[in-house]
Amino acid sequence: MAKVHLWASLRRFAEGQEVVEVEAATVGQLLDALERAHPGLGPAIKAGLSVAVDGEVIANNRAAPVAPGSEVFLLQRLKGG
Amino acid sequence: MSKIHVTTTVNGDPVEFLADPRETLLDALRNHLDLTGTKEGCGTGDCGACSVTVDGTLVCSCLMLAAEANGKRVETIEGMAGEELHPLQRKFIEHAALQCGFCTPGILVAAKALLERNANPTDTEIRYWLAGNLCRCTGYDKIIRAVQDAAAEMRGAA
Amino acid sequence: MARDDVKTGYKLIGTRPNRPDGLDKVTGRARYGADFALPGMLHAAVVRSPHAHARIVKIDASKALALDGVKAVVTRADLPTGLTGEDLNLQDNTLAGEKALYDGHAVAAVAATSQLLAQDAARLIEVTYEVLPHVTDVDAAMAPGAPVIREGVADYSVPEGMNGNVARHMEFGHGDVEAGFAAADIVREQTYKTEATHQGYIEPHACVAQMGEDGRGEMWVCTQGHWYIRRMCASVLGIEAANLRVTPSEIGGGFGGKTTIFMEPLPLALSKKAGGRPVKLVMSRSEVLRATGPTASASMDVKIGMKKDGTITAGQVFFRMQGGAFPGMSPIGEALPCAFACYDIPALKHEAVEVIANRPKAAAYRAPGSPMAAFAVESLVDEMCRELKLDPIAVRLKNGARNGSKSSYGPVYNVIGLAETLEAAKAHPNYAIPLGKNQGRGVASGFWFNHGGETSVSLAVGEDGTATVMIGTPDIGGSRASIGLMVAETLGIPYEDVRVNVVETGALGVNEPTHGSRATFASGKAAVEAARAAIKEMCKRAAAEWEIDAEAVEWKDGAAHPAGPNAGKFPPMTIGEIGSKMGGSGGPISGHHEVTAEGVGASFGTHVVDVEVDPETGRTTVLRYLVVQDAGTAIHPAYVEGQYQGGAAQGIGWALNEEYVYGTDGRLQNPIFLDYRIPVASDLPMIDTVIVEVPNPGHPYGVRGVGETGITPPLPAVASAIAGATGVRIRSLPCSPPKVLAAIKAKG
Repeated sequence: MAKVHLWASLRRFAEGQEVVEVEAATVGQLLDALERAHPGLGPAIKAGLSVAVDGEVIANNRAAPVAPGSEVFLLQRLKGG
Repeated sequence: MSKIHVTTTVNGDPVEFLADPRETLLDALRNHLDLTGTKEGCGTGDCGACSVTVDGTLVCSCLMLAAEANGKRVETIEGMAGEELHPLQRKFIEHAALQCGFCTPGILVAAKALLERNANPTDTEIRYWLAGNLCRCTGYDKIIRAVQDAAAEMRGAA
Repeated sequence: MARDDVKTGYKLIGTRPNRPDGLDKVTGRARYGADFALPGMLHAAVVRSPHAHARIVKIDASKALALDGVKAVVTRADLPTGLTGEDLNLQDNTLAGEKALYDGHAVAAVAATSQLLAQDAARLIEVTYEVLPHVTDVDAAMAPGAPVIREGVADYSVPEGMNGNVARHMEFGHGDVEAGFAAADIVREQTYKTEATHQGYIEPHACVAQMGEDGRGEMWVCTQGHWYIRRMCASVLGIEAANLRVTPSEIGGGFGGKTTIFMEPLPLALSKKAGGRPVKLVMSRSEVLRATGPTASASMDVKIGMKKDGTITAGQVFFRMQGGAFPGMSPIGEALPCAFACYDIPALKHEAVEVIANRPKAAAYRAPGSPMAAFAVESLVDEMCRELKLDPIAVRLKNGARNGSKSSYGPVYNVIGLAETLEAAKAHPNYAIPLGKNQGRGVASGFWFNHGGETSVSLAVGEDGTATVMIGTPDIGGSRASIGLMVAETLGIPYEDVRVNVVETGALGVNEPTHGSRATFASGKAAVEAARAAIKEMCKRAAAEWEIDAEAVEWKDGAAHPAGPNAGKFPPMTIGEIGSKMGGSGGPISGHHEVTAEGVGASFGTHVVDVEVDPETGRTTVLRYLVVQDAGTAIHPAYVEGQYQGGAAQGIGWALNEEYVYGTDGRLQNPIFLDYRIPVASDLPMIDTVIVEVPNPGHPYGVRGVGETGITPPLPAVASAIAGATGVRIRSLPCSPPKVLAAIKAKG
């Protein structure tokens, strides 16, 4: 199970939990599993998220691998100049 | 509105065109003579991207009416290189003194006008001479170095 | 660092050859957006709202259309309906719908046979407005009783009960901040403000577009990303992306401001209405300043707890940012993670709201959000260092993020070079120069994430053994040179034998723009992989010729060699020999690489600035400036230095002079370069640079993006230097002479 850290304003969509555990082998599976478990997160996910998997920021790649026990942080989709 | 017949010399070539009385020299160079090396960055004489010389005087071509060029001698970036690049042009490439390159034609024309008046300028003199030529990419550091290096080479060759 | 060993073996990487497009750019031959022309071309002009907020009652174009030579007028009624989300925002910004939302908002556009005629016609288009109450300041827009300028802008993140102009809310953190503040010897809290600034690229937006009645179109445009232009124009106009072919011109600066569309759909729409004649539209400078995408303005509360030895025990920020009249444009999602990114602090709390106001739709500007966040946090850190008489570099080294630190925004840092930049700044001669009367020194660090993104690159081997590389990221500051160097290094051929071309949307898969400091990183990474794919094929061709296994062939110095004595004894087969025979050995040899590039290395920098403030006028002179930044590996060091210097200059402008000034009427008061004053040559000293190289493990040559971080530290560093020189702290940018003078006088 990967540990997904939610930023504070997302926690109200996940019964107040700061860390949610989900089964996933890729970033895409992880986001889908999150939305299934906590439908309230749907709008945030649809609005576009970046994630950091074990320190590596994945701006936008659903195929990026997630390992069992990975530490994942959700970030707002980043822009660059 | 009836147009004005303008006869002038650009980079040594005789040219003529019909100008709307409201058109600037910059408009005429770019639109009537296809000399698009001279750029428009502001249209208000603040950025220097449109710098050319008219009878040897450095001007913002966006502030001069096309009709005023009648009978004058205009020099633009397109006339700067002869058989070989002008030392300033070469030094700008060597020193990476351009990034996007949009302000570069105006700065080269202005720097050439400086070196024709002052073959051995200080950094401060270069900075004040070029203060009317905005560059947003470089922070000017490499531009000043390139002008100094070109000036040194030109003094050596003279 | 293992990669340092590799680095010593580079033949080309780290050298400073001439850029391939240099000749065109010093002779005036390079073609920028406004330099294109087509036979039968029309010229366009745009009618813009003179009001900050107004209902559009009626648009009457009959007088304009009655002029001979006027060929088409478009208004919002000509655009398709039914768009949603950001597509609708883009369409709303292209042409106002029911309401004009800011001074300069486009209302109609006209095409005519000459530029002057188009401008005359635009003046004849009569627009009837019903003026509505407006708000332009970020704090005023949040205040009780502020006019709510659009209904329903709040997204899922906004809690109940917030002001109607609040569009987004964000909050995160870790640790126990209250316990952290309790453990501190001093806790300080301040509010900082930054005004909106503009990227200030010297080239105004420009394009030539042609679209037939069948909806097939073509355009030449100055942009950082032509696939983005294609997608956005297609959405706004309701056409298919594949029917729009977009060719990027040379680009006269972008800094984030040319990653999106503003007026680009208009010449397409006008062309279609004018029977398919091509239409050229070039913005004036005042249109650029009024109606393209400046950065957000910000109002920021910061609270920090520090022990007497400089240990930071906790930090807390609350940012309010407005990014114009459209939601989603202010960089709160970037500013918050950047705020404390340079530090390893046990307890942090971040909160921000995005507010909309009657201003133009903000766009990205070099490290979006990071400069404002740094101004707030680094200024307060400096205030506390001065109060406790601590060295600002020592405090940053004590608390600074290192390899393996948990970042302020959650994930753990991999390999980063912040400490190296601090050590190099401390060791630099500038840091030891004694200061005179009215002089002060400021230090600040800065951060940017960097970005990889969608990337597609092709490489073709020529019959003479040269290589042509096709990239999709426009070259704004020398990336053809850096990518050419990496490809030449990989192929083992001279730099001059590689030609890098920026190609149009029909020639490659989708590429994100040149943004996020990604061109040399991502296009470079893909180009190296494309070269490796071509090498693999060339080894196969040599193996076939030699009748040995392809695995028994290795590539070095631009030629295939038998790998070891067991592979057989053959003379090396050069890329030229292979290229000259490729038609008969299986056909053309190409390499491709398509990827959403990951593995970016985070970017850190530290700046040191010395200023002198004239106590009579409040004018600040920058005496000397030092930029130290980690480049990972500097592929072409001259253009790395150029990014550092250019970023510093923009940051200095933001700190000292630049600001959007709105009148009480909601109109922009300074929409020309005379009044929106960017640094000129006589404003600046030489900008010293130190390139730190802590290679990024996520790139074949260790590259980290270098474009953005440099704009971040100057804001707090300059304000801190002014504080050192005068004893007064300016907490609201810019530190313009009247403001500094008033602060000096108030201190007495």
